[in-house]
Amino acid sequence: MFAPGERVRVKDQWPEQHGPVHIRTPYYVRGVEGEVVRHLGDFANPEDLAFARPAAKLPLYHVRFRKDRIWPEKQPDDELLIEIFGHWLEKP
Amino acid sequence: MDKEAKRAMHDLGGASKFMCEPVDIEPHGLTEFDREVDALRGVLGAKGVMTVDELRRAIESIPEADYLRLSYYRKWIRSITANLLTRGVITEAELRAELEKA
Repeated sequence: MFAPGERVRVKDQWPEQHGPVHIRTPYYVRGVEGEVVRHLGDFANPEDLAFARPAAKLPLYHVRFRKDRIWPEKQPDDELLIEIFGHWLEKP
Repeated sequence: MDKEAKRAMHDLGGASKFMCEPVDIEPHGLTEFDREVDALRGVLGAKGVMTVDELRRAIESIPEADYLRLSYYRKWIRSITANLLTRGVITEAELRAELEKA
């Protein structure tokens, strides 16, 4: 489990390159560091639900990113808030 | 290889090929077809035949040329059809017969 305020990095993994998958972690935040804002609850893993497999409930978090860490924009204070499942996050 | 080269076709956020295209922000109403597809998805979900995650997964499997051309609900009906065929709820022969009637 991650706590609010904790620094995290989205795993730099690309399972879509190795066969059919359903992933809700956008490509542009993979490998990017952000900050956990809140735990939203535990939800059945959509990566399994999408293939009608038994799906464990996993923690879902709001993670905040500095937008200029993702795209080369000139608005340093802009932020992006994304819902990301815990199994996609690691300690940086 | 940069990230954009590794993204899945449907994972479009911030993809540079769309950055210079104007976004259509005109409001547009639902057609009868749209409503029918939406209702069908609702029934299949309520009866436990297909989850919304399975709907999304099969939408993501649509070949790119079709994915970019089809309307929102046309993507849905393609996905619903693929799911029903995979599950054996309908057969290809039944589908062809119904389409010929239409």
